[in-house]
Amino acid sequence: MGATISRLADKPNLWPWLLLTPLALYLAVFFAVPLFDVAVMSFTEPSLSFANYERVLTGKLYQQVFMNTFMTAGLVTLSCLLVGYPLAYLMNHVTRRTAMLILLLVTMSFWTSFLVRTYAWMVLLGNNGPVVAFLAAIGVDPAPQLLFTRFSSTLAMVHILAPYMIMNIYTVMQKIDPVLIRSAESLGARGWSLFRHVYLPLTAPGIANGCVLVFVICIGFYVTPVLLGSPREQMVAGLIGTQIEEFLAFGMGSAMAIILLVITLAILAVYHRRFGLDKLWG
Amino acid sequence: MNSYLEIKNITKRFGDFTALHEVSLAVEKGEFVTFLGPSGSGKTTTLMIIAGFEKATSGDVLVQGQSLSGLAPYQRNIGIVFQNYALFPHKTAADNVYFPLQMRGYGRGEGLEKAAEMLDLVGLKGFGDRYPKELSGGQQQRVALARALVFEPSLLLLDEPLGALDKNLREQMQIEIKRIQRRLGVTTVFVTHDQSEAMSMSDRIVVFEQGRIQQAASPLDVYHRPKTRFVAGFVGESNLIPARITDAAAGKADSPVLGNCEVKANGAADGQDVTLLIRPEHIRLSREPVDGRKNARMQVDTIVNYGDNALVMGRVGDLNMRARVLGRDVIILEEGDECCISWLPESVFVIEQ
Ligand SMILES: Nc1ncnc2c1ncn2[C@@H]1O[C@H](COP(=O)(O)OP(=O)(O)O)[C@@H](O)[C@H]1O
Ligand SMILES: [Mg+2]
Repeated sequence: MGATISRLADKPNLWPWLLLTPLALYLAVFFAVPLFDVAVMSFTEPSLSFANYERVLTGKLYQQVFMNTFMTAGLVTLSCLLVGYPLAYLMNHVTRRTAMLILLLVTMSFWTSFLVRTYAWMVLLGNNGPVVAFLAAIGVDPAPQLLFTRFSSTLAMVHILAPYMIMNIYTVMQKIDPVLIRSAESLGARGWSLFRHVYLPLTAPGIANGCVLVFVICIGFYVTPVLLGSPREQMVAGLIGTQIEEFLAFGMGSAMAIILLVITLAILAVYHRRFGLDKLWG
Repeated sequence: MNSYLEIKNITKRFGDFTALHEVSLAVEKGEFVTFLGPSGSGKTTTLMIIAGFEKATSGDVLVQGQSLSGLAPYQRNIGIVFQNYALFPHKTAADNVYFPLQMRGYGRGEGLEKAAEMLDLVGLKGFGDRYPKELSGGQQQRVALARALVFEPSLLLLDEPLGALDKNLREQMQIEIKRIQRRLGVTTVFVTHDQSEAMSMSDRIVVFEQGRIQQAASPLDVYHRPKTRFVAGFVGESNLIPARITDAAAGKADSPVLGNCEVKANGAADGQDVTLLIRPEHIRLSREPVDGRKNARMQVDTIVNYGDNALVMGRVGDLNMRARVLGRDVIILEEGDECCISWLPESVFVIEQ
């Protein structure tokens, strides 16, 4: 009896891991192998050297596209935060029914393909769209160019990414012990000081999660900035696309992709050391 | 003359459930009052009404003659220690204690100095830089206490603050809280469902049951002169014996099981149905009846030996009785034996309700 138990305890049970094999195979074939390919190409196309990296890292155009990418991602992240935080707060301070309704609306746009959402913005902001018509009606004529600008791509990305921010902050807010708020009130805190000294710091983990997630997804965004953004203000993913599709410069494209990957991993690594990656998805 | 804290005819309804019925109480300055009662009896609700987190359906709370009803919690200047401590996890112990001072406009230097003094008083000198999660349960408790006291509140409220601590630590904290409360002279309301905690700490115990105050009296009064059967049963161990007063003036009662009993005379009238209370430690065990005491024969069912003392449970007729005796007095006895139990007439207290 005792021996059986100790033998069971000694030998790790490998069976559960077997359940992971289909997924692992899938990831290997469709993700790891192509990624490895890309990494190899970045050093070998057109010839074996660091030339691609050198050009990307020193070229003015490339630097500018990377800067532009970070600026846009930063702006999108900040906008998501400014929209998401009050909304998450609202969801935590209305009746359950209303909260569920808002949650439904937020997640509904979450479940719509972002290609569809991107096209929806094209229709809305286009020259024959309702926004331009509305601006004309109130006397802004000619209406400013809305589509194919940094404004339109940022707006659409905020729309697409805000749910990540909202869900992250909402979850953290929900977990705040109401007794902490009561205790702050009993100690003399109210209104703004209560928010600044107690509520905001308690929600900081949600803010950090949401921001990292939105930023990291945003710097790799392709479809939305390409379809809605200004061609003169490309983001990295868009530039990679152009390099490969138009110039067949596989080496340059690959080098940029690897740099983007390294930056993303670096952000996640810093986040992991500070908060732990397992918290990222709430 | 008004009392320091007055609770006047507080009724609290949640929907059609009445959690508090016409609760009234007066507390003197510097007094340590304990709300004692089973879970759900309305202790927390009363505390939250005093603190301003719940609104009474009717009635009023006054401190020094001033009604609190128009004041929000943050205006009441009442220190509260919650059961789970409710320390701010993102602030160090010192910053937690500084927080109420910060809210009152103290500068950081002066505020932290006062916070450090208070941490010193609760026995946490040098722990100011720790975060709550780096402190043990008892230490967190002390920080919560320091934080609730540092701004010189008009009242200190504690809601089952020791519930999460183990027995040794709880006893240590009971003594600590009492020491600090005496030292600062702060008027205190302490909530617990633990009767020994209430007995050892309080100037006065207020016994709650089903939203009503059953009795408000000193610990010894509550123990020896309980007003109701409920109080007698809830505070300490008890033998409760149904009886009828036959001659109030002579202190005589008649019990279906025990027959004629001498009792301590008090207000009950002739012919009134009452309950007789005999505390188990007032009962003596013997082989033969003892002169000068009321004797009865008990069938012993169970003996629980604690070493220094023992609990002997058995039956007299169809009445369950228990006696608590010195450990050495129980050696002669075995479960299943019959023995004699006896008590003095003055050990029998008459409960009218
Ligand atoms: N917000 C509330 N809504 C409905 N019922 C409540 C609420 N708060 C307390 N009660 C009820 O009031 C009664 C007294 O509760 P409480 O004061 O917490 O008791 P205690 O602290 O003595 O355990 C309980 O029956 C409880 O269920
Ligand atoms: Mg309670």
